[in-house]
Amino acid sequence: MAIFITEASKVIVQGMTGSEGQKHTTRMLASGTNIVGGVNPRKAGTSVSFPQGDSHVEVPVFGSVADAVAQTGADVSVIFVPPAFTKAAVIEAIDAQVPLVVIITEGVPVADTAEFFAYAQAKGVRLIGPNCPGLISPGLSNVGIIPANISGAGKIGLVSKSGTLTYQMMYELRDFGFSTAIGIGGDPIIGTTHIDALEAFEADPETAAIVMIGEIGGDAEERAAAYIAEHVTKPVVGYVAGFTAPEGKTMGHAGAIVSGSSGTAQAKKEALEAAGVKVGKTPSETAALMREILSA
Amino acid sequence: MDLFEYQARDIFEKHGVPVLGGVIATTPEEARKGAEELIGRGNSPVVVVKAQVKTGGRGKAGGVKLAKSADEAAERAEEILGLDIKGHVVRTVMIAEGAKIAQEFYFSVLLDRANRSYLAMCSVEGGMEIEQLAVERPDALAKVPVDPRVGIDQAKAAEIVAAAGFDAEIAPKVADVIRKLWDVYAGEDATLVEVNPLVLTEDGEIIALDGKVTLDENAEFRHADHGMLEDAAATDPLEAKAKESGLNYVKLDGEVGIIGNGAGLVMSTLDVVAYAGEKHGGVRPANFLDIGGGASAEVMANGLDVILGDEQVKSVFVNVFGGITACDAVANGIVKALEILGDAATKPLVVRLDGNNVEEGRRILTQAAHPLVTLADTMDGAADKAAELANA
Repeated sequence: MAIFITEASKVIVQGMTGSEGQKHTTRMLASGTNIVGGVNPRKAGTSVSFPQGDSHVEVPVFGSVADAVAQTGADVSVIFVPPAFTKAAVIEAIDAQVPLVVIITEGVPVADTAEFFAYAQAKGVRLIGPNCPGLISPGLSNVGIIPANISGAGKIGLVSKSGTLTYQMMYELRDFGFSTAIGIGGDPIIGTTHIDALEAFEADPETAAIVMIGEIGGDAEERAAAYIAEHVTKPVVGYVAGFTAPEGKTMGHAGAIVSGSSGTAQAKKEALEAAGVKVGKTPSETAALMREILSA
Repeated sequence: MDLFEYQARDIFEKHGVPVLGGVIATTPEEARKGAEELIGRGNSPVVVVKAQVKTGGRGKAGGVKLAKSADEAAERAEEILGLDIKGHVVRTVMIAEGAKIAQEFYFSVLLDRANRSYLAMCSVEGGMEIEQLAVERPDALAKVPVDPRVGIDQAKAAEIVAAAGFDAEIAPKVADVIRKLWDVYAGEDATLVEVNPLVLTEDGEIIALDGKVTLDENAEFRHADHGMLEDAAATDPLEAKAKESGLNYVKLDGEVGIIGNGAGLVMSTLDVVAYAGEKHGGVRPANFLDIGGGASAEVMANGLDVILGDEQVKSVFVNVFGGITACDAVANGIVKALEILGDAATKPLVVRLDGNNVEEGRRILTQAAHPLVTLADTMDGAADKAAELANA
């Protein structure tokens, strides 16, 4: 088992015919993801040929998400379209009742995200992202841009706002492996939060322990800490990036900004520790804490 | 991006929010002319000279002064221009018409990250610091959730003024202004629109007397005019240079230059360098620089060029985890960047590569054997080495 995606997941790619979409569809196919179609109204009825090893895989292109779902039974959509078109793409996927929509696109206006998130809530659709690397259940399915060769399957669940820190942590703990690693993104509004992932990992019998990576900005980590204290029985190890970030400067992610006294790494670390989470000072130290737990 | 008060005033006016006349000045002479013009309009015999700074508490710091004539306005502007208010130097003042205030209120609408939605806040007690009001008299501050799919329509505006407890007499007028402020929020892709104070004048008008607006930079592609609102004077020259090259760079004040890929990893790198610096004379990270997914020679050269332009930098730490990016491409990028920079590259580089194609990446750097480059195996080890070199 794993959370959110498994070997049974049938994935469509919105933006598959664009350059980013093509590149990452090739990678997703190579890591075993069951990609059943792409969407492009201007290329409906055609197919795209992806090199896989010595041969090719043909993936059909549908004119709409609804068509793709009707003909393939797809239950996951991953979105690689540019920011200006992301809102329309997400709303199309929600209207087609795709239960899980993963939005990789960076730079989506937050008003668009607020709007499609509210719509997804009303329709019972789970969004992951935007501005995220997606998620991987190693050996089962890989939706997004996380490299499949960093780590294999195992018992650790990982949830992180940051893409490269996800990779770094997977690399540090590759000898243990992961049930699912999920990058939730660093925007001010995101579809799936730390808490959502913690809840799913807690319920997943294949996940033995959880690594949670946060960063400055907002109070998501503080709320996750409160959730852990109440609801999570599995061991959780945490890491927070941005102790040296000055107030008022956005550190790369639109949401990563310390405003006044709120959103500091120190406050997040303290909240997590108060909830019984062991927090590492660096990624390596965090991995070492997890190593201790799993080796005990 | 936070706007200055005068920029917020202009945007309010554009969307039909009632504001007072105001002009900006960067010299006392300009202030005199501006005041003459405003007084000449005949709306108000006095003007207010207001420091334009992106921080609160300017009134207490002497940044807001009344003037009864154009000459006085010039004198007040002379006093205010150049003031340092909480680290913000006043370069511009706004000369604004005066108003006879009967009552002060508060209104804001903002992005509510915790609820992944919008929130309107409103109070019949304006003028004071809203954080203080929220703590001392939370009941006096109405908080009304706003559905991003609906926004503030007539019904929502009526709900907000009712929750805040406005008198029936002025409630419809306030609701009307609130709807226009929503037009500002939605129409300009703002993440914050705050009016403090929103005033009732003795003539019974509702006016936005002071405004704070934050715009969403991700939405700039649909607002061609927003780029002009940027405060070029306050931008660090290195940050401006980096922006021209499309790099995500933030200047800090330490000695160890940082280049990495991915916002989270770069933030983490700053922290690791700061910890390592504790053992090496207290050296600190000099900057945040995320080169993102592509680490071509050009991107690497541009990044190094910006960092080496920072005179405080004593060493540079390149920290890349190859996810999509292949480490051999990064290594080639570093080698070529050093070629491009030639004699301009004078500071030692510590490079840590991991992930996709790392063996080839390390081989390329080992083979190039550039005298300035040290390869490190781990992130913590590399940070220690870079801090040591910066403290040498």
